[in-house]
Amino acid sequence: MTADDPMEASERRAWMGLCARAPAARLCELVAAMGPPEPVEWLRRPETGTVMIRARAGGTGAPFHLGEMTATRGTLRLSCGTVGHGWVQGRDRAACEAAARVDAAMQTPRAGAVRRAVLDPLAAEEEARRRARAGRAAATRVEFFTLARGEDE
Amino acid sequence: MYVAVKGGEAAIDAAHAWLAEERRGDPAVPAPTVAQLREGMALAVDRVMAEGSLYDPDLAALAILQARGDLVEAIFLLRAFRTTLPRLAASRPVDTGAMRADRRVSAIFKDVPGGQVLGPTFDYTHRLLDFALAAGVDPPPAPGAPADPAPLPRVAEALGAEGLLQPEPPGDATPPDLTREPLELPAPRALRLQVLARGDEGFLLGLAYSTQRGYGRTHAFVGELRTGAVSVEVEIPELGLAIELGEVVLTECETVNQFAGSRTEPPQFTRGYGLSFGRAERRALAMALVDRALRARELGEDLSGAPAGDEEFVLGHCDNVQATGFLEHIKLPHYVDFQAELELVRRLRREAEAARAAGESAGREAAE
Repeated sequence: MTADDPMEASERRAWMGLCARAPAARLCELVAAMGPPEPVEWLRRPETGTVMIRARAGGTGAPFHLGEMTATRGTLRLSCGTVGHGWVQGRDRAACEAAARVDAAMQTPRAGAVRRAVLDPLAAEEEARRRARAGRAAATRVEFFTLARGEDE
Repeated sequence: MYVAVKGGEAAIDAAHAWLAEERRGDPAVPAPTVAQLREGMALAVDRVMAEGSLYDPDLAALAILQARGDLVEAIFLLRAFRTTLPRLAASRPVDTGAMRADRRVSAIFKDVPGGQVLGPTFDYTHRLLDFALAAGVDPPPAPGAPADPAPLPRVAEALGAEGLLQPEPPGDATPPDLTREPLELPAPRALRLQVLARGDEGFLLGLAYSTQRGYGRTHAFVGELRTGAVSVEVEIPELGLAIELGEVVLTECETVNQFAGSRTEPPQFTRGYGLSFGRAERRALAMALVDRALRARELGEDLSGAPAGDEEFVLGHCDNVQATGFLEHIKLPHYVDFQAELELVRRLRREAEAARAAGESAGREAAE
């Protein structure tokens, strides 16, 4: 699968991103629950490195380098020949492998099952985490009220 | 001349063994775990990540544990670890406007669109020690409220729309990278921001404070201060697509500063910018003030005599790993250097003594 088809590219972007951001232990747990791992050939074993994060001056201006974050990447091939890429934030090699397995399986007829067993729960949990924080933030929003001071009778 | 001196291995081994024991503390007290430090000392973790210039909360927590809570030592450990990692990619510039903000306040507009969102702040606390914490009492859950999922508009946009705020020149040029090339002066703003983003908080705080007290008065208002999660998008070269690889918590501060105008610029507000890993309001605010002070040259201001406006002084001294390395190395053996100094001072004294004696005897002869 390549990025030529914009629809497929946007879907792949979504599932790779979901695995990349997921808590490592949770991703591994969901992938393991799908059954015994099928044999794979590593094209590039999981390798931990950094991604340099760029930001913009004033939030909208010219880019600058803010600092790095850790990330782990790896590439594997299923026996059917499908190649899966795993990219995750952090240093967890098992999570990288799980992400690569998901990426590969999502390009096979098993896509629907993987989506239901791994991606849907991850998406729901991420959404719930974000909503919980947003709700707490909303509760700290200041409601101003004006006091009449009686100066202009 | 360098003279090799050997010895001390056994003493060093014993010192490090004792260090490990002292680090552990009283064995009757349970040892803190990395996860406990990450959660309970979150702002220390954030500072170590920011100044260590590496976003990885578990690594920063481990560094704090290993450094026994000495944050500069922990920052040093994190920087050293970073040098062992390959660089896999550079992200697209993060969109802080799309931040999922825990907190967003503006000190210049009360009714800012999206509102004043206080978040989990120390502000308005009474700074009284809370003995309930010592007793291990868990807090009640914080209240929630229905949230508007729309991102909060930037305060700067409101002023910018009226043309009262200096616009940020857009661009997409690849910025210089301090971790790859040495610092050269004068430094473009992109490089200055990178240096400040990992600069020592105490140093930045002192400099920012100095501008407020009159050493290069730039009179800053906090246009906006926001903290929250920002997505990091990375182009995956083998796929030709960009994924949201991760999420980092950032603190961003934009200051709005009075500016009377110059020969080339109309009277308007100018901007200072601070951005830091983690929940780091003091760092972000101080960075914004120092960034603004360092823009004096391009704005045609005279900040001479103000340390915060002196680029060479600020950029050359704000890195605490460099600073502590040079400062602390003088406690290591300098036996031979000092031997030479000792010889020199003794010789000068002998010569001075001889000259004084010669002068006295000449004086006596003249009197006779």
